[in-house]
Amino acid sequence: MKMVMTGNYASAYGSKVCRAEVVSAYPITPQTSVVEKIASLVASGEMDAQFVKVESEHSAMATLIAASLTGARTYTATSSHGLLLMHELLIWAAGARTPIVMSNVCRANGPPWSVWADHHDAMAQRDTGWMQVFCEGNQEVIDSIIMSYKLAEREDIRLPAMINEDAFILSHTVEPVDVPDMEEVDAFLPSYNPRFKLDTDEPYGFGSLVMPEMYMEFRFKINEAMEAARQGWRDVEKDFEKHFGRNHGGMIEFYQCEDADAVLLIAGSVASTAKDVVDKLRSEGKKVGLARMRVYRPFPVEEIRKLANMTNIIGICDRSYTFGHWGPMAQEVRGALYGQTDIPILKNYIMGLGGKDITPEILEKIFLKTLGLTEGLDTEIEWIGVKGHGGW
Amino acid sequence: MIEVRFHGRGGQGAVIASNILAEAGFLEGKEVAAFPFFGVERRGAPVTAYTRIAEQKIRIKSGIYEPDFVVVLDPSLLKAVNVADGLKPGGLVLINSKVSPDKLRAELGLADDKKLATVNATEIAIKHRLGSKAAPIVNSALLGAFAKTSGVVQIDSLIQGVKKNVPIKIEENAAAAQEAYDSVVIH
Repeated sequence: MKMVMTGNYASAYGSKVCRAEVVSAYPITPQTSVVEKIASLVASGEMDAQFVKVESEHSAMATLIAASLTGARTYTATSSHGLLLMHELLIWAAGARTPIVMSNVCRANGPPWSVWADHHDAMAQRDTGWMQVFCEGNQEVIDSIIMSYKLAEREDIRLPAMINEDAFILSHTVEPVDVPDMEEVDAFLPSYNPRFKLDTDEPYGFGSLVMPEMYMEFRFKINEAMEAARQGWRDVEKDFEKHFGRNHGGMIEFYQCEDADAVLLIAGSVASTAKDVVDKLRSEGKKVGLARMRVYRPFPVEEIRKLANMTNIIGICDRSYTFGHWGPMAQEVRGALYGQTDIPILKNYIMGLGGKDITPEILEKIFLKTLGLTEGLDTEIEWIGVKGHGGW
Repeated sequence: MIEVRFHGRGGQGAVIASNILAEAGFLEGKEVAAFPFFGVERRGAPVTAYTRIAEQKIRIKSGIYEPDFVVVLDPSLLKAVNVADGLKPGGLVLINSKVSPDKLRAELGLADDKKLATVNATEIAIKHRLGSKAAPIVNSALLGAFAKTSGVVQIDSLIQGVKKNVPIKIEENAAAAQEAYDSVVIH
């Protein structure tokens, strides 16, 4: 049924239509309304789940790891410092091969204190073994949750997934969202039945000590699963489209990239605004395109190489920063293209940190600047809109 | 695409008003988006909320800086906030006020190419027992007045949106919207 709702409600309904059985979460701005909505759905009996109240995000994730190991489908939501507090257990969740699905409302890390959109929280979890999706709209939020359970629970994957929605820009913005019927979701997503689980009648141990001759083997298998998830995302999206008639563009969505002289690579809600700007510039005869980084982990190496063959210049727009070494996406793109022939000019822009608004006017300036880099780079990296720096 | 900015104080219902307007547009088959600008929420602090309504899918996710319409829930905000900031030429400001339009125009510094409408939403809200006398909840009344003065949505879909989104006193809120629709004046 199509309804007008926030990204946070789309997240809550995503957990409901997927029949999450155990939910544990701790409230944090701007994620709070996800937790409130689920609590009220459970209290009214509309959602058949156990809601476990905890004293921290660390405990929320610990609860879900245990619940997932018993064979339950699990869900949580967090943001920013809540996600950072979970860090230890994010690694544990992936190591224990628990297919937990979590919404992260992408918010800046403090200090200075900020509650607004920024990808530093999510991208700082790159190495935890979680799959990561960045959404541009609320429909994609709920659809990505449904897709994530299907992929995460696959026997050869069994990895947790994080669905990222930008603070306020999606979390508190209402848009029309088509919420699928639970029966439709049932036809797409079978119930979760792991081969091995915590069961008092048939006891197994999970996550206990292994000697050096076996530890690396477990790590190797996590990586094999993550590598398999790359094709897995492409397949699950096709499968989703067959059932629901929608797709969100694969691991990287290419918008007007095929013959583009310059392309911006963007993750999250700003990519949506950028499509309007591409249309405007195209109508003026300027050949620009947008590549939207939808799946960040596993990293879409083949799609990046494909993009490199479509265009001569790529402006990589990071809403995060790795202090001392470029933005996270810029690093990854450079890594993926190393050793390839005819690499495009790669420019890194840092923008929108702590909710600094990215308007169509700013994006147009960035597109035009990037189009003009035909003779090569001026500087490798530019911060957009920092007072007193760079003239933006 | 029509862009609307609501000015209120925390607790007056500006955010819900922006959502109800989006719902009304949605009920008419339009594409919609509504969002608040959140500081750290406090009762009484100035709040802005925004609505977009369009025929085509709305892809823009950045803020609204040049609205077509401005709706002011609390007349005391005129002293604290430049509510007409960025208003498009030909745009309209709708204010909950019983002050004379000439005085308001002067106070706002509103150019002649911009329209001004007033409605006594406070009195209407108190009459329908919405909120308390000291802190009436005026959003439904202002939305009714908005439907009339903007022509962006029909009063019927607006009232449907009110009924779907207000938690209590549903009929009273609907009646307040209708009364403001009937009594608002464009100057």
